[in-house]
Amino acid sequence: MTDATLTHTPPADSLFRRNLRDFRRNRLAMASVIVMLIFVIMTVAAPLIAPHDPNQTDLFRRLQPPAWIDGGDWRFVLGCDGLGRDILSRIIYGARISIFIGVVVIVLATGVGILAGLAAGYFRGWVDVVIGRVVDILLGFPYLIFAIGLMAMMGPGLVNIVLALAYKEWVIPCRVVRGETLAVRELEYVEAARALGAGSGHIMWREILPNIMSPVIVVSTIRMANVIILEASLSFLGLGVQPPTASWGSMVSDGRAFILEAWWVSTFPGLAIVLLVLAINVASQGLRDAFDPRFSE
Amino acid sequence: MTVLLEVTNLRTEFSARAGLVRAVDGVSLQISRGECLGVVGESGSGKSVTFSSIMGLVRPPGRVTQGTIFFDGRDLRGMSPEEMRGVRGRDIAMTMQDALTALNPALTIGEQLAEVLVAHDETLPTGRAARRVAIKDRCVEMLGLVGIPSPDSRLRQYPHEFSGGMRQRIMIAIALACRPKLLIADEPTTALDVTIQAQVLELISDIRARMGMAVALITHDLGVVAEHCDRVMVMYAGQVVEEGPTEDVIGHPRHPYTRGLLASIPRPAMRGQPLTPIKGQVPNLMGLAPQCRFHSRCPLAEPSCLVEVPMLSAGPGRRARCLRLEETV
Amino acid sequence: MSLSRLLERLLQLIPVLLGVSAIAFLMMALTPGDPVQIMIGDQSITPEQEAELRRGLGLDRPLLERFFIFLGNALQFDFGTSFYHRRPVSDVIAERLPATIELSLVALIVALVTAIPLGVLAAIRKNSILDRLATVGSLLGVSLPGFWFGILLIMLFAVHLQILPVSGRIGYSSEVSTITGFLLFDTLLHGDLPAFGDALRHILLPAITLGLPMTAILMRVTRTSMLEVLRQDYVTFADAKGLPRRRVLFRHALKNALIPTVSVAAIETGSLLGGNMIVEAVFGWPGLGRLVVESIFLRNYPLVQAAVLLYAVTYVLLNFIADILYTVLNPRVKL
Repeated sequence: MTDATLTHTPPADSLFRRNLRDFRRNRLAMASVIVMLIFVIMTVAAPLIAPHDPNQTDLFRRLQPPAWIDGGDWRFVLGCDGLGRDILSRIIYGARISIFIGVVVIVLATGVGILAGLAAGYFRGWVDVVIGRVVDILLGFPYLIFAIGLMAMMGPGLVNIVLALAYKEWVIPCRVVRGETLAVRELEYVEAARALGAGSGHIMWREILPNIMSPVIVVSTIRMANVIILEASLSFLGLGVQPPTASWGSMVSDGRAFILEAWWVSTFPGLAIVLLVLAINVASQGLRDAFDPRFSE
Repeated sequence: MTVLLEVTNLRTEFSARAGLVRAVDGVSLQISRGECLGVVGESGSGKSVTFSSIMGLVRPPGRVTQGTIFFDGRDLRGMSPEEMRGVRGRDIAMTMQDALTALNPALTIGEQLAEVLVAHDETLPTGRAARRVAIKDRCVEMLGLVGIPSPDSRLRQYPHEFSGGMRQRIMIAIALACRPKLLIADEPTTALDVTIQAQVLELISDIRARMGMAVALITHDLGVVAEHCDRVMVMYAGQVVEEGPTEDVIGHPRHPYTRGLLASIPRPAMRGQPLTPIKGQVPNLMGLAPQCRFHSRCPLAEPSCLVEVPMLSAGPGRRARCLRLEETV
Repeated sequence: MSLSRLLERLLQLIPVLLGVSAIAFLMMALTPGDPVQIMIGDQSITPEQEAELRRGLGLDRPLLERFFIFLGNALQFDFGTSFYHRRPVSDVIAERLPATIELSLVALIVALVTAIPLGVLAAIRKNSILDRLATVGSLLGVSLPGFWFGILLIMLFAVHLQILPVSGRIGYSSEVSTITGFLLFDTLLHGDLPAFGDALRHILLPAITLGLPMTAILMRVTRTSMLEVLRQDYVTFADAKGLPRRRVLFRHALKNALIPTVSVAAIETGSLLGGNMIVEAVFGWPGLGRLVVESIFLRNYPLVQAAVLLYAVTYVLLNFIADILYTVLNPRVKL
């Protein structure tokens, strides 16, 4: 490609840097990023950080309360569950499931969504109609119902959860990308690239995509919070990751049996979900304010 | 003629992220009873904000920070928000640029007309049925006054069911419902077709004559001013730069900006001569230095112009904000 | 909105409903595990009997044909037999439906009556403490997983304070005979006020849990649209007319600001359907959501399939209604 097209491309890079600076100035958003980082570190370094084996049962420690309560023990800070397993260690290992599923589903869905959305928005015509119909149909299902139906069909398991969520999730980035592509495809610099004889693939990939990534990234982060809650909900219902693997949703579910005598079993894993989801939501709001001011107030 | 509105040294500021914007800076003006004052300036010259300030309609982050506003002997700036509500719509009314956005899309025009009467008119009968009839009669009367055909049946319609010109008339009817002493008409014709513009202006002039009401006609069209106004006031960058009787100002402008404005519009008398737009741009209103604001675009500018310029007398009933007035005699 | 436009919109629903049915059909048709084997369970049976059973269920026919049979039956509310209950699926669902609808309606009411006033107040007093609290609250509302929030409520109000029941729809002593299936109605129809109070106490926590995310979203929508509306010329003009502030805010501003709120509410009512599964599981609420989850573990597929289809069709219709509402409420949008 010649340099001529490049000069027509808006200076995406400097804009990106300025947005990034805006984002960094947002203290609440930066705090959220730090919380997210802590969770990511927990995921990666779980075996190093976790004080105990998450699946180590010890019936003598059954329902042992958190350390600051009578009968607690500082070696088991957040107490133990119904099988005497260390709750903190299980939360640390549970972060792996939540974050793994959140990231993989969003990456898969965004990838597929970008391809489908670009194709629909760029080629229009029958491609748009077909993709649009599929999107409409998938949007016809309440999310959790769709996932539950698929889990019922495929059976539990990590890969199946990812598939059950990604099958529907891609619709969201797809719609965003399609809308943005429709808006961008008529712009001058795209026209210029077309006039210079650039192929469709090149135009979509090099000219359109870089200029519509901001809203896509913003939407994807918001959605990740949602995916994490959905995974936890599936695990809570017993349709997600199977025991004894620690996942936050199933830990909350386990704790329901003990709400009369051991509040901590349900409370702490739920708190972990809230903390992570809240951090993602706050960070994505910061991202939106910095990168896509159209959507902020 | 007695003075109806007297504004002295008005200042309105907006606090933006980047700093304080002085949209109106030291504006003084007078309007007499029954008089029509034309207010001219480019967008951003502060002409609309001046009159929003007078009506107490400046919203945060904007604020009137100095000056006095006396209307009919009453101090408007000293009034509580509730007292101001009693003045607006009753004594001072306003029409906005575009009736499409100024009329509420979700309410019938009958309701939008009636509510002004309900809010202000103490002469309405108190009995429920009689009151309802009286309100409806007044609404029909007002719509008839502004020339809406078969007003009776149109009260139940929504704004989008009317044409642009009709909407403008309805907005004027609403503004006039309580027979105000002063009508502020903010760009009443900008949103309209040329043919309808003339009709709407005729309507305003006609009603002004019949009701003896004063009008402040905000516009950027000097032709409109020439035809309808007794006096004219030219604003630039938040300040008044020239004022005087319409004929004098338009026939013999003294401020270089007014001259530039007149040179940039086509006039029959100047047929054959090229139009000359004013070069340059309106200055940024943020952190202006105390000096002539027009000097960067002024053909007469000299280094000595870089001082704060007061309004100077420029003949009988005329003033202009320029140090080089002797060159424009 | 014109009738022809409405008809056109209705026609557009058909491909979506067909597609949704196809997915609901395929979900179960492609499920590994033989339905006949599940039906048989531990009973011993001859191969001939098994083949007979298979033919009876239509499982020997091609997939496409089976889909059309499924579709035809579904249109007559015939979803086959629930393996577990040994009764028609539609009967079992009809029995559980009122509980779910009742819970959803109460959740909807809870969300509307809290979200709209809060959203309006937050907008009017923008940047006040109340506004910030509302903003933080709505962020929390969408970040709290329903199952955990429900358990927290149970621990606080039922276990710790002991002022509300832990689970179920009504206490044994208050049970009344079924008339409509909606307990809040039935108890009133019986004139049994204590029972009505008991039903109300039972529905309170689940409804709050179910309505929480909706409350958060509606509050945000109301606040945003109210702020947007307050910037409009017609609000300035209403102020210029010297109308009382109350009238400017509630007649001029709110009437327009509620248009997006109402249509988002209709869409979000659809999302209550998914939330029902969770909330019914947490609070032991004997509705459709819990029935579906139980059925999955019992591998009672015809029921799961029917429920998935029912949820999806309801969801599509609710979105359709949201669409229509938006245009009906908005005199500007001429379609």
